[in-house]
Amino acid sequence: MATAIFAPTTREEGLIQELGYEDYFHDHHHGDKYQSNFVSHYIFSQDHKMIAKQFLITGMMWAIIGGLMSLVFRMQLGFPEESLAWIKPVLGKWITVSADGIGKLQADFYYALVTMHGTILVFFVLTAGLSGTFSNLLIPLMVGARDMASPLLNMLSYWFFFISGMVMFASLFLSTGPFAGGWVAYPPLSALPEAMDGSKAGMTLWTISLVLFVVSVLLGGINYITTVLNLRTKGMTMWRLPLPIWAFFVTAIIGLLSFPVLVSAFFLMMLDRGIGTSFYLSDIYIGGQALDHVGGSPILYQHLFWFLGHPEVYIIILPAMGIVSEVLSVNARKPIFGYKAMVFSILAIAFLSFIVWAHHMFMSGVNPFIANFFVIFTLIIAVPSAVKVFNWIATLYGGSIRFNPASLFAIGFVSMFISGGLTGIWLGNSTLDIQLHDTYFVVAHFHIVMGVAAFFGMYAGVYHWFPKMYGRFMNETLGKFHFWGTLIGAYCVFWPMHYIGMAGVPRRYFRFDTFETFNHFAELNKFITIAAIITFGFQVLFIINFFYSIWKGRKMETMNPYDSNTLEWTTPIETGHGNWPGKLPSVQRWAYDYGKDGRDFIPQVEPVSEEESPAH
Amino acid sequence: MQAVQRHNNIHPKKLLLWVSIVSLVMMFTALTSAYIVRRAAGNWLEFSIPTIFYANTLVIVASSITLHAAYAAFKREAAVAYKALLSISFILGIAFVAIQLLGWEEMTAQGLDIKINPSTSFVYALSGLHAVHVLGGLAALAVALVMAFVTKLKRTPARQLRLELTLTYWHFVDILWIYLIIFLSLQR
Repeated sequence: MATAIFAPTTREEGLIQELGYEDYFHDHHHGDKYQSNFVSHYIFSQDHKMIAKQFLITGMMWAIIGGLMSLVFRMQLGFPEESLAWIKPVLGKWITVSADGIGKLQADFYYALVTMHGTILVFFVLTAGLSGTFSNLLIPLMVGARDMASPLLNMLSYWFFFISGMVMFASLFLSTGPFAGGWVAYPPLSALPEAMDGSKAGMTLWTISLVLFVVSVLLGGINYITTVLNLRTKGMTMWRLPLPIWAFFVTAIIGLLSFPVLVSAFFLMMLDRGIGTSFYLSDIYIGGQALDHVGGSPILYQHLFWFLGHPEVYIIILPAMGIVSEVLSVNARKPIFGYKAMVFSILAIAFLSFIVWAHHMFMSGVNPFIANFFVIFTLIIAVPSAVKVFNWIATLYGGSIRFNPASLFAIGFVSMFISGGLTGIWLGNSTLDIQLHDTYFVVAHFHIVMGVAAFFGMYAGVYHWFPKMYGRFMNETLGKFHFWGTLIGAYCVFWPMHYIGMAGVPRRYFRFDTFETFNHFAELNKFITIAAIITFGFQVLFIINFFYSIWKGRKMETMNPYDSNTLEWTTPIETGHGNWPGKLPSVQRWAYDYGKDGRDFIPQVEPVSEEESPAH
Repeated sequence: MQAVQRHNNIHPKKLLLWVSIVSLVMMFTALTSAYIVRRAAGNWLEFSIPTIFYANTLVIVASSITLHAAYAAFKREAAVAYKALLSISFILGIAFVAIQLLGWEEMTAQGLDIKINPSTSFVYALSGLHAVHVLGGLAALAVALVMAFVTKLKRTPARQLRLELTLTYWHFVDILWIYLIIFLSLQR
């Protein structure tokens, strides 16, 4: 029996063997099913830790592709007169080279690039790459479970994501190009193959890819919810859960309620495209020719889409918030300030996220009286968000902060979230939207609050839990360079966009030098483009650091390198299948007893002693 | 997986199914909400859906009842009754899908094809998507049927769990259809 052979090496392991919960896990033979050969260990793995790595590395690949796309269209916007002939070997026919050797990006392809950049970053990187990675890695480890509720569905979740990605990738090579109607895929452009090249096969593949992606999210989500509800170890009450788990749990619930609505929207769209129904289409003329479609409403699609679309931004940001809460508390050596307030604000944000969707549609003819309702609820989201920001700052206040890449990125997250959140209050007003809608102000807002902030949360998580994933540390010096480069770079890219947007420069335009009124922004656009290229360069630094450290990084010597309280640091350095070699830990206290009664940290497995001061 | 189980009241796989059902409910809620919103916007062809759809409700309700009886027979380990009731449920399930097809044909014959107006499109879309979910349930029933005839009936926890999962899902598609038919009849 494996249980009998196992001898504890640390105090925590001793406590687990003494007080833990015996589930006879190691009495059964699991080896063959999980990690006996290369294929079952690295490819079709059912182990949550391996699946997390698969999500992370696939997400990184997509981030590189999506990031490079943004550089191409930023070059077009910053330097519209420069020749792009040098990227013809990559982009092929989408660059037309004139007789004198000047290469121009095709306008159609510009839209395809913008569309793909949005789709890839929102779904593949910041949903799958962020929530997929850390939910998988941390939920079983932090709640004290052997694995997910259904390892098989968990594996399928990754492979649906992978196939979805492959379908999207294939669409990049179509002769008519990938989908080019914007990541929101509004009809009629998306519903009519004859509307433009980008709406032909590219749109079909885009839809198939996203439906597969929704399946992946749902398979993952039902697993996360079930694991959190059903497989928490003894003593792990909901109020003792570390904050990342609360965040992943609520994220999964939001996804479960909102993604099926997107499938419904796509289902009706497919009927419009394929069979010729008119759910979203009415009175459309193409080339002077009236189409058969009568009686539909494109606004219907917008309602269905944004019923997912708005919760989606919280699906992206909540996991980052959870990660940041944990990283800040550990590295400030202080309990998280206002644990319950943090949980309730997550719940409040989740609830509100479902009743604000029409703030994306203020200018598409929504009744102004109904808009009032949505304005009020949108502005109310600022309250739980401000509670969280206050608590993060209060956690840092008076702490003995360790400035490592993880904590720096967590602090950077708070900065980004404040900057981006404040412009959200502007955009939440339907009157201000008359000027600001569809301008670079919106681009600046959502990139800072959702894009860059979520990336910062992700980086904080990767630097912090890298040792748990690979048994080695990432290089700290490179990590700090990466942080400062990204922080300054991201502000240089997105801060100026606010001014451009306030002046009314619209998004999704191919070039601005042909408009007299926007000409004086030419230099600013150049600046943004250069900043974007440099910022991307700093991400290359991260990628090098990441892959170098997997094999060559400083080795992890102790099980709990950060003196952290949570359960994942009570598992062995080489965490095998089933996570704990002997019994399951039994949880005695909440996750944030840092600096209590003069002790630096007290792990969750340590019983509350009698002379200890009352709980938090 | 046995070792992972703990002292909770509900089996993780059952909870998985219930959580998945929530997401399916959201999908149909979205479609029926879209129906209400679209109908309020006007240009809506009013018509009565064929009676055959109402009659078909009895078929799927009957299949739910027989499947529940099959489950009771399984618990008693009454092999003959179990096989018979399971087969009847399966046949009723097939009959339901076939009768839905007849219903669509009848609508098309009346000139109410899928393209004529969003009001007809919605009927096809809702019942079609529901039928797809019934087919999923039939696949699960087919597995149960093969198991019932190939292996000797024995009440093991694993088999009982599988049957309970199938039963829950089958009741779900049944109730979903009742909801849809009531929704469609109240909406006109």
